[in-house]
Amino acid sequence: MLYREAGDFNTSYPQDSQTFPIRFDRYRYYVVLAFAFLVVPFLINDYWANAILLPFLIYAIAAIGLNILTGYCGQVSLGTGGFMAVGAYACYKLMTAMPEVSMFVHVILAGGITALVGVLFGLPSLRIKGFYLAVATLAAQFFLVWLFNRVPWFYNYSASGQINAPERDTFGILITGPNAPAWATYLFCLIFLAASALIARNLTRGTMGRSWMAIRDMDIAAEIIGVNPLRAKLSAFAVSSFFVGISGALFFSVYLGAVEVGEAFGINKSFLVLFMVIIGGLGSIFGSFAGAAFLVLLPVALKVVGVDMMGWPTDIVAHFQLVIVGALIVLFLIVEPHGLAQLWRLAKEKLRLWPFPH
Amino acid sequence: MKLKLTTLALGAVLAAGPALAELVFPDLSYRTGPYAAGGIPFSDGYNDYFTLLNERDGGIGGAPIRVVECETGYNTEKGVECYESTKGEGALIYQPLSTGITYQLIPKATADGIPMHTMGYGRTSAKNGEVFSHVFNYPANYWDGASGVVNYLLEINDGDIKGKKLALVYHNSAYGKEPIRTLEELSKKHGFELILLPVDHPGQEQKSQWLQIRRDRPDYVTMWGWGVMNQVAVQEAANIRFPMENFIGVWWSGAEHDVLPAGDAANGYKAVTFHNVGRDFPIYEDLQTHVVDTGKAAGAGDQLGNVLYNRGLYAAMLAAEAAKKAQEIHGTPDITPAMMRDGMEALEITEERMAELGMPNFGPTFAVSCENHGGPGLVGVAQWDAGSKTWSLVSDFKPTDGEVIGALIAEDSAAYAAENNIEPQCK
Repeated sequence: MLYREAGDFNTSYPQDSQTFPIRFDRYRYYVVLAFAFLVVPFLINDYWANAILLPFLIYAIAAIGLNILTGYCGQVSLGTGGFMAVGAYACYKLMTAMPEVSMFVHVILAGGITALVGVLFGLPSLRIKGFYLAVATLAAQFFLVWLFNRVPWFYNYSASGQINAPERDTFGILITGPNAPAWATYLFCLIFLAASALIARNLTRGTMGRSWMAIRDMDIAAEIIGVNPLRAKLSAFAVSSFFVGISGALFFSVYLGAVEVGEAFGINKSFLVLFMVIIGGLGSIFGSFAGAAFLVLLPVALKVVGVDMMGWPTDIVAHFQLVIVGALIVLFLIVEPHGLAQLWRLAKEKLRLWPFPH
Repeated sequence: MKLKLTTLALGAVLAAGPALAELVFPDLSYRTGPYAAGGIPFSDGYNDYFTLLNERDGGIGGAPIRVVECETGYNTEKGVECYESTKGEGALIYQPLSTGITYQLIPKATADGIPMHTMGYGRTSAKNGEVFSHVFNYPANYWDGASGVVNYLLEINDGDIKGKKLALVYHNSAYGKEPIRTLEELSKKHGFELILLPVDHPGQEQKSQWLQIRRDRPDYVTMWGWGVMNQVAVQEAANIRFPMENFIGVWWSGAEHDVLPAGDAANGYKAVTFHNVGRDFPIYEDLQTHVVDTGKAAGAGDQLGNVLYNRGLYAAMLAAEAAKKAQEIHGTPDITPAMMRDGMEALEITEERMAELGMPNFGPTFAVSCENHGGPGLVGVAQWDAGSKTWSLVSDFKPTDGEVIGALIAEDSAAYAAENNIEPQCK
């Protein structure tokens, strides 16, 4: 019913291997993109930007980054929070050192610096795997947070150890600071998310992505067929950290504006992003979006329903949030271990064959 | 373009404000998480005072009060969400009870024209009203607290603490790092040695810090702790048999729930404070009849008389007095955040006024001015008696080292002004 595929034939290889081979999907994708870029900026207000859309966009970038490493290359990482901190602090240092440069440049450079740090901490992955690698990345998480707390150079010797984003612009439009308009911050993050998703999607279906997936599925077999594990693993760490670094830079400069490393980029952040990837679906770009949306929107939705509509005490609602989110995670892992992306894939299959799915 | 959109946004906020004929006081509380032990009594006190005003006086100047509570969990991301979701309701003043959230909100609230009151926390240099137009931290700030600790040590050592060792056990965050600069200056001035011992969030793990204290044998230990960190520290101090009377916490490390778990071992623990303790005030009778007996007490209603409950009452009282002042200045009961700011800047708390409110000698008397948003910074010391389970003042409210603190505040606020291109606002 929803999908009418009659006459929708692919007559060339590029057509057949495009991201949305079904015409209906493709058009829907264009509509979503157009809505996000052309309609939302006119409707957005401070609440929607700062409480819902910015965190969603930024966490989606982080989830894409972690999905490349964990979902596509099979290297479990608990260092996401630490790498986000690298992006944030790199961005801060760049912003304060070169105030006249556009924010775009700062954020991309911050991603690049994080990629270098990511490669450095990816080196152990050449020798250790699985749980042991998870522990090694956990060490990275704690080390990086400790470093940013310990060395005053990183926070420009401020008394409190906090970093504050000064007002910076791009093409004359304020992007950071309290006077930045909601639509500008939203569009800025949206551009980064769209670009990240596009790059990630194309990387994962090219040579590089195939070598990552070969390593993920069985590293010895991959090595035998000629995949260089050094290049595959380190490139996965570099690309993943690049995206995570960008999300960390945006998280600090555009979304929060002031950050304290232990509180904002602690181990909780690593787990949060990991949950997003697991709930959304490992090895799926759409899953990164779905996971981020789920974990950002659900607490806000529960709060709106519990406190604003039902008038329950705030602490009860906060406790219920933990219970409900936790229960849903367990439920998801039992019912659909491949995440929301797989649920959507199944639903789509059924819709295509509707009314008689099998 | 930017200006136009800002004006539009501001216009929308202002248009939404006056439609409601009530005074909105958001309460960014935290009743969950590792800091809930401190967040609950403060929030209860804050809520109960406004409930009392509504029940007894019908609000402030005839306008009813609505408190909008929002749970932050002491988490900055949720704090931002709470700020954004409540500011559209015409919020008059923000008191987030978290230094991290305060740092976050200072630029935002200033841009939105909503005043903040960070009583005894937040950014200390906000005392300089020339730079921080919308942030107030009367009647005392962290650096007053640090200086108050040192002054108390001077007092009990007949004015000489040269060569003594003072250890600072602090929460490794913006909050805990605040006093370091002042203590360093004071250690230069008075010749004592300062040992810094950071404790990471949430603060349950302090064995190594206290082992270090046992090894270094400092004469005094002071603490900038919050939440579970406090009770763990008091217990650890008891474990290494550190003399409790030489252990002085800041005002966020000096409530009942911080010392009760250690039992008798906590006897003699001290904490600085900027307001009075206990429930020996006439206002508690009114609270009993109008709030508790009518079943309208916030939370479980079991926090009355606690140190932090008193602080919540005090915070609400100062906010209500500022709102009253704003109504007087502008001649309307229906005030906006901008009017509220004027009221806070003209606020004057006298002994007669406090007595009138049923809170005689509850805090210091002070007057706020455009230049000085921080009040006089008078600090007293309270001591815990484990036998009767009560706090009592052992040193009255005394002035702190204005010379050292003033210089530091000028330096820090000048740096902030330069970073953000702020012109001095007072004429």
